[in-house]
Amino acid sequence: MDGAAALLLPVLILNVGTFLYPVLSLAALSFRPALPGGGIGPEWSLSTWSGLLSDSYYAELVLHSVLVSLGITLLTLLAGYPVALAVHRAPARWRNLLVVVCVAPLLVSAVVRTYGWLVILGDRGVLPGLLRAIGLAPPRLMFNETGVVIGLTEILMPYMILALLAGFGRLDPALEDAAASLGAPPWTRFRRIVLPLTLPGILLGCLLAFVLAVSSFITPKLLGGGRVNLLATEIYDQAIVTLNWPVAAALSVVVLAVFGLALLVYGRVVRAVA
Amino acid sequence: MKALGRSGVVLLFIFLLAPVLLVIPLSFSSASNMVWPPPGWSLRWYGAMLQQEGLLQAAWNSLVLGGLVAGLCLLCGMPAALALDRGRFPGREALMSLITAPLLLPTIVLGLALLIVFVGYGLLGSWTGLVLAHLTITLPYAVRVLSTALATLPAGIEDAARSLGASPLRVFWRVTLPLMLPGVIATAAITFLVSFDEVVISLFVVGPQLTTLPVALFRYVESRTDPMVAAVSTVLVGLTLLIVLVLDRAVGLRRAVGNG
Repeated sequence: MDGAAALLLPVLILNVGTFLYPVLSLAALSFRPALPGGGIGPEWSLSTWSGLLSDSYYAELVLHSVLVSLGITLLTLLAGYPVALAVHRAPARWRNLLVVVCVAPLLVSAVVRTYGWLVILGDRGVLPGLLRAIGLAPPRLMFNETGVVIGLTEILMPYMILALLAGFGRLDPALEDAAASLGAPPWTRFRRIVLPLTLPGILLGCLLAFVLAVSSFITPKLLGGGRVNLLATEIYDQAIVTLNWPVAAALSVVVLAVFGLALLVYGRVVRAVA
Repeated sequence: MKALGRSGVVLLFIFLLAPVLLVIPLSFSSASNMVWPPPGWSLRWYGAMLQQEGLLQAAWNSLVLGGLVAGLCLLCGMPAALALDRGRFPGREALMSLITAPLLLPTIVLGLALLIVFVGYGLLGSWTGLVLAHLTITLPYAVRVLSTALATLPAGIEDAARSLGASPLRVFWRVTLPLMLPGVIATAAITFLVSFDEVVISLFVVGPQLTTLPVALFRYVESRTDPMVAAVSTVLVGLTLLIVLVLDRAVGLRRAVGNG
């Protein structure tokens, strides 16, 4: 035991020093009053929280962030599900390569991938150019919520595909063949066999995509051009621009609460399905 | 119907890969702004990239930081992985959960938490601060991958060495470490890449004198958009591909990351 303790000591010291202590300090900071000019009062106070809860701006911000994240989650599922199904059904020698192709974007920095979306969605970018070529007036796709939703959907797709693939293990092609030979049309086969068997993967993928969407910062900041306010961008602005650290800390606690709530809902749904 | 489904999947693959692939042709654009299709081709943005001293310094900082972080991850992670895999004490599962817990938190929250603590110790904008901040999110990977590597070692070889009279340290150096070399290389590569790509936490702890490449790129894209970032991105995508290929050749990616 003593030997093990000595071996674990460096990691545990780092864990406490750079994780537990900072996170607890952050939570504590939300119970200090913010003074004008970026100062922080020394006494305990509920003023930050009461200010946050009484200001409808923050309630709308949280609600809006959650709704946008749910929308992104749904789009990520719709875009990721056919891909995951195709990868799962591909011949074995193709499957590994296709999984690598799906995961490869994760190795590229979020800044680079978001920049790629600026190239596609920008006013003189790829997509508006294509729309103009077929005679349509392109809508504004960048520096607004549309751009953020499109970009985040793509950026979260690899996570969704991985979660779906992890949950597709029980999907045996023989079952579908059996249903088909008994005369079930494609839609019935999908609804009665494929969907129920892949539901665990769907739920896990949705949890992952939602949690990542709520906490994403780089993409909303760059593709939103400062005009899209979500929870994560608000935390950054309060901490770095407004220098109101207690409010930033309280909003961080709100993000963690949203996480907890998402986990709770996920647990409930998984149990209800099982 | 089947053809329709297949072309739909192909379109979704294009959607998934387009942003990464499009920056490559754009980096060779001769235009002075982000216009598609490029009116002509040139290497001017690669030249411009090499003129940006701040960016080059930031790239160097990121390389050094990634190396330091990877080394420290092995140094601290290896003993911990040994204790967690070999030790016989209660609460090992809980300890592993505690060690990997930082990965569950959003980086925006971790970054802010580190900011408010670091400011009191003068760690903002310092190498120590950056290294500590990056260890928060790389050590969990290190301990996890090294533990997996240890747990999948062939049984009995260490016992054989021990029964022949080798000391514990000698068994580790001559038997355990060589056997788990793929896991060690994978740990170094993963922690390096995570550190090299990390933006959000770095944004909170960098200073005016010390910044990292992703932060410098973020600031650049925030203020203006021209094809220079495409040139930098192309170099980065190429480098990442190289690391992954070397890793795959050296150890076999699937084996290195384990089945977890």
